[in-house]
Amino acid sequence: MTSKSVQNGFHIFQFVNAESLQSYRLQADHNDIETTCLHGSWLSDVWKNTATTARSTLSSAFNYAIQALGCTIHCEGLIYGSPSRSLMTLQHRDTPYNNPQIEFKFNPENLTRAKEIISHYPTQYKKAAVIPLLDLGQRQNKGWTSISVMNYVAELLEMPPMRVYEVATFYTMFNREPIGTNFVQVCTTTPCMLRGSTDILNTTLSHLGGIKPGETTKDGKFTVIEVECQGACSNAPMLVVNDDFYEDLTPESTKKILDAFSRGEKPKPGPQSSRQTSENSAGLTALTSKPYGPGEHCSPEFQ
Amino acid sequence: MLRIVASASRPTRLAVANRRNIASTSARQADITLTVDGKEVTVPQGSALIQACEAAGSPIPRFCYHDRLAIAGNCRWHVPRRGTTLTKTRCVMARSLPFLVSSFFYSSSSAAPAMNGQVVFTNTPLVHEAREGVMEFLLANHPLDCPICDQGGECDLQDQSIRYGSDRTRFHEITGKRAVSNKDLGPIVKTSMNRCIQCTRCVRFANEVAGVEDLGTTGRGNDLQIGMYVEKMMDSELSGNVIDLCPVGALTSKPYAFQARPWELKNTESIDVLDAVGSNIRVDSRGVQVMRIQPRTNDNVNEEWISDKTRYAYDGLRTQRLTTPLVKGPDNRFVAASWPDALSAIADGLKRTGASGNEIKAVAGHLADTESLVVLKDLVNRLGSDNLASDLADKSGDAPPVHGVDIKSNYSFNSSIPGLESADAILLVGTNPRHEAAVLNSRIRKSWLHSELVVGMVGPRADTTYAYEHLGEDAKALQKFLGGKTNGDFAERWAKAERPMIIVGSAIGEHVDGEAVFSMLAQYIQSAGTRLVRDDWNGFNVLQRVASRPAAYEIGFVPSRAAASTTPKFIYLLNADEIDPASIPADAFVVYQGHHGDRGAALADVCLPGAAYTEKGATWVNTEGRSQLGRAAVPPPGAARDDWKIVRALAEVVGVDLPYDDVVSVRDRMWAISPSLVRWDALEETSLPVAKAGLASLAGKKKAATGQKLELPITNFYQTDVVSRASVTMAQCTRAFVTRESEPLAKGAVEMHA
Repeated sequence: MTSKSVQNGFHIFQFVNAESLQSYRLQADHNDIETTCLHGSWLSDVWKNTATTARSTLSSAFNYAIQALGCTIHCEGLIYGSPSRSLMTLQHRDTPYNNPQIEFKFNPENLTRAKEIISHYPTQYKKAAVIPLLDLGQRQNKGWTSISVMNYVAELLEMPPMRVYEVATFYTMFNREPIGTNFVQVCTTTPCMLRGSTDILNTTLSHLGGIKPGETTKDGKFTVIEVECQGACSNAPMLVVNDDFYEDLTPESTKKILDAFSRGEKPKPGPQSSRQTSENSAGLTALTSKPYGPGEHCSPEFQ
Repeated sequence: MLRIVASASRPTRLAVANRRNIASTSARQADITLTVDGKEVTVPQGSALIQACEAAGSPIPRFCYHDRLAIAGNCRWHVPRRGTTLTKTRCVMARSLPFLVSSFFYSSSSAAPAMNGQVVFTNTPLVHEAREGVMEFLLANHPLDCPICDQGGECDLQDQSIRYGSDRTRFHEITGKRAVSNKDLGPIVKTSMNRCIQCTRCVRFANEVAGVEDLGTTGRGNDLQIGMYVEKMMDSELSGNVIDLCPVGALTSKPYAFQARPWELKNTESIDVLDAVGSNIRVDSRGVQVMRIQPRTNDNVNEEWISDKTRYAYDGLRTQRLTTPLVKGPDNRFVAASWPDALSAIADGLKRTGASGNEIKAVAGHLADTESLVVLKDLVNRLGSDNLASDLADKSGDAPPVHGVDIKSNYSFNSSIPGLESADAILLVGTNPRHEAAVLNSRIRKSWLHSELVVGMVGPRADTTYAYEHLGEDAKALQKFLGGKTNGDFAERWAKAERPMIIVGSAIGEHVDGEAVFSMLAQYIQSAGTRLVRDDWNGFNVLQRVASRPAAYEIGFVPSRAAASTTPKFIYLLNADEIDPASIPADAFVVYQGHHGDRGAALADVCLPGAAYTEKGATWVNTEGRSQLGRAAVPPPGAARDDWKIVRALAEVVGVDLPYDDVVSVRDRMWAISPSLVRWDALEETSLPVAKAGLASLAGKKKAATGQKLELPITNFYQTDVVSRASVTMAQCTRAFVTRESEPLAKGAVEMHA
């Protein structure tokens, strides 16, 4: 039985981990909230049952709980917790699936590639290769960067492991928790939002069995997160599956794409509408006339 | 520069090839002149603007900037846009300078270089407004728990928010303030990470000074955290310094948690005696108790760092103390006695054993101060004895030291501690400075990081925090190296070095090959002409590890050859606790004078309670031969007395007349023995002809090396003397970092549940 407490001003919140990591109890000393419930849903229940005045003092306890559980809660339109669980766990804790005892090594092909990448940099700046090597490691390790991957990269580049951890936690594209086979990132930044990305996100989530952002489907095929701008605003709304952009989405085309991935196929990336890349969907509005050829408008001797 | 490293030198770590900072300090350049608040100031080119402002007497409030750490300028994350725009425009628009100064309030003035002809204002309404704004940002996520925060009263954030901050905030985050989980950094540093303002001073200290590259920042932006990412403790003998560096209450002291407030404490400037560096400390006391020990800046000795032992062994001063004289009764049990009874019991004992001449032996321990050594030597000499030993391992303290004591440079750190920074090659012989002189070791690391210094080592491998080339483990390997028969990068660089340094560990003197090592080094130095020893450089150093030893050698507290072979009948142990019990004959009468009931007291027939180093004003000589004055912060407990006074009183009882009755006349006597003993804080170098004569005396002893492996004297850095052995904190550190046992409490809890 372990207990953790977090202080906010003079309020003490206590999380008591009873029996397993799944169940937590939350106590706040000043208003006697004491709830025991299961991973996932319980935080929003507590939130709804809390008087508005007590919420601001409770919120830092909430943040803490979210971090401890790695979950996300939705209530009254507010989303607590990050869409990416990796972002929230800035402290590594050993788990059966992620601990330094699990061996990781580049396969021969990646090792050759890694050596090639390292050779791009002067020998004393070899640590500059840390980002490409982490990416290589993430790809080999089923799309996520485990502690073993980081340690291995540190060893390869002869740098203190902490320097690698700093990089891996700084960049959000390194997933530090396992993900599904297909990593779906839905853009919800302003241009996409204006073009209906909320529908796309909701469609994605409900089509995959009602999961929440940051969660993985039960069959392990999909992990969905919300992301910030991917730079494809001219084809908004968009989502990214693994390395490919799927643009100009509608709820229907989104479902189609997800279904295809679910069957193990790979639909054609790019705009899902009829247009080519990011050309104007309403047709050309400028340069509509025939371009003039060589010699036109020139004085006769040059024609 | 690529460092070639003996990769096995740090077996638990990765090769250290890339550890040296790429941006090392450049040579000093021309001076530049700028105007700060209407005052002209001249600073060296390359100085930070914040330094220029400081020089002009316009202090800039700062959090991330620290004199002795690399410049980060990372507090600026609060005002990024403003900072960058203005930094760009600063040279073009003189008018924007107030903005610049305001925006660099915490940050960019430390990162911004001072420029020639710059005009800087640090005290305009605009600056004040900007500072208030930055403070508002800083406090947006800072808990308002000052009443329960240990930093309260000495907190930079508190002081600066009172000086520069607003009385209200516009931030009321619905999600509450940022919550960050606390980290377990070990038994010394307590963390309260909610309070962290991410100045990264601790990270820079750990990486640059302590050489523990486990601390860093994880995450980004508002989620940035300081920590180690994995669950790990901060395994460094200098970790306590991050507590001083932390400008807020995020890193506070675990042993001192909730013990006292700074305004309740009396500050006494004193000297540390738990190693031979002589770190300058400030003893903070309340009533009769030492509450904590803080470093005091002295660039010639410890800069502003002290080791964890120096800082935290003080709780050992509260336990195991001898508070009253004790006399062993007929049933072999100690009985409390009055001072007159105890002293006459000693006089009786001396008479009963019939000890005369060299049969009267005095042994000086680790923590004996110079005054009491002088008085004890006078007493023993006047009783007709030359038998003045020290409590070295394997009875080697009973014999005269192999390096002799006639010439100071034979047993001192002659290059001086600041001299380490100008050395370009260091040869360590049988020493791990990290354990024997932790603060001095950080200087070697500093020099290694910022210059082309190379280090070679003969002796057992050790984790030193800098890379070294391992040359062998015994005296024969040293002979081979000195004979030029070792190949490798270090040997090449050593041959070309202009300021080479040899650092011989004090344990060499106790080793069977000690004489051989000293003589081969002396011969080498002689044959090298002016390379190692010349007018402006003496590269021969002995690193002492025990505070009393340099002073004992200086006053000649060593046995004569005749005395060394005499079996003693009366033994006087002055703070001697490391003594081998086997070296005491069963029928000898033993007196122990000291402050802790440890091994020495257990051997004694009479115990006399002395004062610990925080309880007496005494002179201490460090490994360089620098004499420094420690001051009494608290009174000695119970009937305990100043050590020299005890010996003086005993002299009266045994009928010896010593010509001094107060500390001033004792110091006159010290002056007569060696004037440098009372020239406090000054370092007196040995003149060249004398140093050479010393080397000649060492070189004359020709003894073949046996080739037995050299040994390091300290296996547990945290427990080396009576004070640190009595300390709970040091015991916890031993468990956490040396024996690496898990918490027995946690184990017990598991069993209970099972």
